[in-house]
Amino acid sequence: MIPMHYYLILSAALFFVGVYGFIARKNLLAVLISVELVLNAVEINFCVFNRYLYPQQMEGMFFSLFGIAIAAAETAVAIAIIMNIYRNLQNIDVRHIDSLKH
Amino acid sequence: MDFSGFLLMRQEVALTAAMLALLLYDIFGPASWRQHLRLVATVAMAAVVAVGFLPATTGEAFGGCYVASEMTALMKNILTVATLFVFLQIGGWLRAGERAHREGEFYYITTATLLGMELMVSAGNFMMLYVGVELASLPLACLAAYDKYRNKSAEAGAKYILFSALSSGVMMFGLSYLYGAVGTLYFSDVSAVVSPTPLALLGFVFFFAGLAFKISLVPFHLWTADVYEGAPTGVTAYLSVASKAAGCFVLLFTLYFVFGRIEGIWYAMLWALSVATIVIGNLFALRQKDIKRFFAFSSISQAGYIMLGVMGGTAQGMASTVYFILVYLFSNMAAFGVIAAVEGCSGRTDIAAFDGLRRSNPRLAFVMMLALFSLAGIPPFAGFFSKFFIFAAAAARGEYVLVFIALVNTVVSLYYYLLIVKAMFINEAEGEGLGRIRTDNYNRLSLVLCTAAIIGVGIVSAIYGYVGDMSAGVALK
Repeated sequence: MIPMHYYLILSAALFFVGVYGFIARKNLLAVLISVELVLNAVEINFCVFNRYLYPQQMEGMFFSLFGIAIAAAETAVAIAIIMNIYRNLQNIDVRHIDSLKH
Repeated sequence: MDFSGFLLMRQEVALTAAMLALLLYDIFGPASWRQHLRLVATVAMAAVVAVGFLPATTGEAFGGCYVASEMTALMKNILTVATLFVFLQIGGWLRAGERAHREGEFYYITTATLLGMELMVSAGNFMMLYVGVELASLPLACLAAYDKYRNKSAEAGAKYILFSALSSGVMMFGLSYLYGAVGTLYFSDVSAVVSPTPLALLGFVFFFAGLAFKISLVPFHLWTADVYEGAPTGVTAYLSVASKAAGCFVLLFTLYFVFGRIEGIWYAMLWALSVATIVIGNLFALRQKDIKRFFAFSSISQAGYIMLGVMGGTAQGMASTVYFILVYLFSNMAAFGVIAAVEGCSGRTDIAAFDGLRRSNPRLAFVMMLALFSLAGIPPFAGFFSKFFIFAAAAARGEYVLVFIALVNTVVSLYYYLLIVKAMFINEAEGEGLGRIRTDNYNRLSLVLCTAAIIGVGIVSAIYGYVGDMSAGVALK
């Protein structure tokens, strides 16, 4: 079996790639994708801890399932809001969405 | 099958019933009924508030996922009362212009977020907490973007949904490490086995950071000002009171009952965060020109004071925190009611719009003055007593330095709150000024109730006694 810490390194890397993307990407959809990376890192973590450390119960797996469902809802709302921005501004670049900055 | 668990959840059940009733009324009701939607929504919300004041039942449901106590009932009452005020204040705005045909949406989206907050408060399991947090924040993003043809509102919605998604991601990442360390997600089990191992601490810090985003503690406050400014005024009021209060209640429960064994760790973190939050919130509030942005920073610094009460760590700390939030609810709601009235008349939200308000609308100016005095903590208004109890709780821990810093900041905050009072009472309006504002009866009712509460809640000591009894009833440690 693959050692557990390989998975943990993967999920930690995914998490920080997601956080970096959240800060660095300029397109709102890319920012949203970065957030999804963070959520995926969480789900990997839960499954791995459940499978390796506590195989007698299923709490971690259930948390992952709930997380996936809620992440889908989150994406739907976020994309609706981004589309609304596009209708107003014809643009979803974060550098142009600055009417609240000043 | 045993349905007795649902009896414990009667506030949630009543709220769900109200939500579905509003939805069905909006969709299937004939057009002639639609004009009564505002009244129906207000009455439904008032009924939910009334259900909350029935004698509380205590116990657990769903295998410990859901916990009801007298304290959670009180906290949920605070949240529902805040929502009722929002309904009273925003109804007129919802009717105006192109928004009229989607008025019903606002009411049931708001009740959905309220349901999420109630589940957060009553959670006994981290998965339940997570579902509650998301149910509270996803519809709230829709509300922030409700005024969809205005760029600022759309922008506020996008900022809110992205930040809340990231913060719940951070929170869940922490929970996953915590799960790895302790092997359970139930509050009662976690509290029995949590110990300061590196993995558990890492998980706790991430979890705390995610929650701090929701309460907008410094340095996690960067979304606050933009979202508060861009969102419709009633939604800003809702964000600054109900959303923040729910986050604080969750923080209170998790820190006291789940992470009680690692108190030394979170105590030091809270110390630093509360000082930073109070100071930075105050300093940035000084230079704001927009009243909604101003109240964003004011609410950040108030969150710092709330953390002072949380640090009390005893039944006294809990009582002072909940009491502070109760008073903050009435003060902030009064202020936002006046802001909504002025914005509805002039369309402006800058502080200069309040110039000469006393001459044109003496009663509105008076209510705003009381609200600001209460927020600043001037006796004999309720805000003075709530701040006093918070300081007393912190001083009981021997935190005299912290109390001193907070007191100095209270003086700073007095300056910027009085700037608005000065604008209303001393400055003269440019040109013709606002003219007489006619607030509708609903908003007038909310302002009267808030004013009565600002004056009464502090003087009627039975209220603090009631909150104190509730806190003492919750077994601490």
